[in-house]
Amino acid sequence: MLAYYFQLGLRSLRRHRALTALMVMAIGFGVAASMITWAVFRAVSGDPMPGKSSQLYTVLLDNRGPQFNDDGEPPEALTYTDATTLVAAAKAQRQTLLYDVAPSVLPQGERSLPFIADGYATNADFFAMFEVPFEYGGAWHADDDQGRAAVVVISHELNRQLFGGADSVGRQIVLDKRSYRIVGVTAHWDPQPRFYDLFSGRQFGDPVQLYLPFSRAVDVAMDTAGRNNCGANTELGVGREAWLHGECVWLPMWVELADASAADDYRRFLTGYAAQQQRAGRFQWEPNVRLRDVNDWLDYMRVVPSESRISLLIALGFFVICLVNTVGLLLAKFMRRAVEIGVRRALGAPRREIYLQFLTEAGTVGLAGGVLGLLLTALGMSGVGLLFEPEIARLAHLDLPLVMMTVLTAIVATVLAAFYPTWRAARVQPAWQLKSN
Amino acid sequence: MLQIKPVLAAMRHHKAGTVLIALQIALTLAIVCNALFIIHQRAERMARPTGLEESGLFVIRNDWADKSDPQRIDAQTRADLLALRQLGSVEDAYSTNSFPLRGSGWDNFIKLDPDQPGMTTDAAMFFVDDHALPTLGTSLIAGRNFNASEIGAQAPRDAMHADQVIISKDLAHRLYPDGSALGKAIYVTMGRKPSTVIGITDTLQSHMTSSWAAPYAYNAVLIPARLANDYTWYLVRARPGQMEAAMRDAPKALYAQSRMRIIDPDDGVITFSEVRRQAYDRDFGMAVLMAIVSVVLLAITAAGIIGLTSFWVGQRRKQIGVRRALGARRADILEYFLTENLLIGLGGVLAGTVLAVAINLWMVTRFETARLSLGYVAVGVVLLLLLGQAAVLAPALRASRVPPVEATRA
Repeated sequence: MLAYYFQLGLRSLRRHRALTALMVMAIGFGVAASMITWAVFRAVSGDPMPGKSSQLYTVLLDNRGPQFNDDGEPPEALTYTDATTLVAAAKAQRQTLLYDVAPSVLPQGERSLPFIADGYATNADFFAMFEVPFEYGGAWHADDDQGRAAVVVISHELNRQLFGGADSVGRQIVLDKRSYRIVGVTAHWDPQPRFYDLFSGRQFGDPVQLYLPFSRAVDVAMDTAGRNNCGANTELGVGREAWLHGECVWLPMWVELADASAADDYRRFLTGYAAQQQRAGRFQWEPNVRLRDVNDWLDYMRVVPSESRISLLIALGFFVICLVNTVGLLLAKFMRRAVEIGVRRALGAPRREIYLQFLTEAGTVGLAGGVLGLLLTALGMSGVGLLFEPEIARLAHLDLPLVMMTVLTAIVATVLAAFYPTWRAARVQPAWQLKSN
Repeated sequence: MLQIKPVLAAMRHHKAGTVLIALQIALTLAIVCNALFIIHQRAERMARPTGLEESGLFVIRNDWADKSDPQRIDAQTRADLLALRQLGSVEDAYSTNSFPLRGSGWDNFIKLDPDQPGMTTDAAMFFVDDHALPTLGTSLIAGRNFNASEIGAQAPRDAMHADQVIISKDLAHRLYPDGSALGKAIYVTMGRKPSTVIGITDTLQSHMTSSWAAPYAYNAVLIPARLANDYTWYLVRARPGQMEAAMRDAPKALYAQSRMRIIDPDDGVITFSEVRRQAYDRDFGMAVLMAIVSVVLLAITAAGIIGLTSFWVGQRRKQIGVRRALGARRADILEYFLTENLLIGLGGVLAGTVLAVAINLWMVTRFETARLSLGYVAVGVVLLLLLGQAAVLAPALRASRVPPVEATRA
């Protein structure tokens, strides 16, 4: 019976081409606008570390005091003094600190020109904490951090650029005129947003190309390529050493804590550390510390651009209007067939059958709208670069779940929109319709 | 005379359709008003002046491949600048850490008294030399430019010192609203050493483009020093009509000086119009998206009105025939449908106005956008009422052509 109703639906759609085209277009445009903006929103608001995001915390500590901090909130990163001390204390299961570096890479061969690679100076725990996958070799060891070893982990992409994708573990590369031994090549790894370095504001940046030991980078005075925030109360000294040991913040720090009680313990430890700094006279204020897990941090730093939220909301509003439009048109279409309904009812069709027939017809419209919506979504995806910045646009893509969601949303929404018109159709009085003709 | 009463009476017989059209008009109005408002805001942002003579200006991103010590970097920078300025296609050039619309850079808190607790305001720090103002095409409205002997060198992590600074007009006004900033001592270096304001530029935008920095968007301090960073920007003004030649010659001249540098072959040398485009990428995209949404939305609403009215006309052929037979003219029938649409439209825009303002108020609290000006709602109301009348015209004309004989048909 359903197949028959489907055929009836198709026939009815063909009969009123203009009306059908109108409905299909409204649904197609509505669903496409929603899906395109949804794809972008999904890309920028996703959990970058699913399954582990609630065990990773960034460590924050107020070194500025109530007069200079950000409305009571500590600065968004740590000083060299605090970060290195807290990492060395090793009170968490794992702990890491990092900063953005941009060394020059000198490829082998006569004709190749040096280029800048983006990377991080960090420690061995980074790779285990953030579950960085490896293609060849692995992370360096804690000993290498201690020994300030000249080792480096490079990304899949950099390895392809430099070594054509071959196993390059054990080979040397030259960064800022200094030689480093490759110990590992990561597989493609690019969590989005780049939650661990929101401080430098590159949450949607290009994939990281290399990682090298923090201790080594500091030894060779590799400068930060990210942010450096000195607040308002600092008298900068002279030279790099004074800056390094001063009160400028530039180091994001992360700890891994298995559960809530471990987090509580760590928070106590951190408060104790701040209290100790207060006793030592460095802080003239009560301990003011924060532990924020990944999602809390993404939220606090407002990673999702407001443009993305607004466009999603506007697109959803647009879709609602398209549906209201569809309700009206379906009503017109169904009521035009009052006579037909009257005849069917008079011949003994129960209301249920009328429901089934008209909802099937609506579903057919929804399906057609979904297919059009899919085409428009695919088209829109290629134009998404026009509407959003390239860093964000590259994250939005059409995948199977999105395809299914597009078509399903269209069908479900249209069937829902059809309920009122169908209810009206099912209420048609057979006697009245038959008499009036 | 409009026939309102019979129209209202007839509406009672098709409440659902009436409500649906009114609802659609209301929602469309709410969204289109807000979309137009967003477009206007973004366009306004994009039209802000930098204070630079933008055509003929381009920027070179130069990374030092050897990251050598500040003294050597400074010597190389000076040699580079000489080479650039000697090019036939180049009018002038200078090196800097940042420039208007760059998006990121160095900003310092500005104080009038070193002991005051907070800042007076925030401002961009542009490290420049005496060639900066001519290169940028920005003029001074008071005081004088730096001279060559005043330009120092600064290592990146050293405390800054600048005995003399030039500041932007807006910063001068923010610090000394009475217009007496010239010659005053201000604190721009976060330390206790004052800097004397020796010049005030005309409008000059800072590097800051994000919305939180909007109050500081036109605050800039020019520091007379070359900053020996790991990288430097060269801002270059081409001679009139020689932009392409200059953009080709400049990197060549730099590489001829020394090959221990990195200028990205793809985006190492870009025109200032490209800088502007990148700075307002997000705003442009948002405006385009809102424009597309508005146009499609209006089209769909118009189509919806056409569809439902056509249905009504079809439904009422007999009544129309009766009216015509009783002496109504074609114009009366036409007027009937136009009036009906106008009444529905008025109901819709009334509800839509409330909704538009409500949505905007919600966005104000949620996204810190500005208040919707009622002018937009007025434009939207007129637009939608006209759209409704235009959409209803075709079905109404069809209705007016229903012959009186229709009254006699079964």
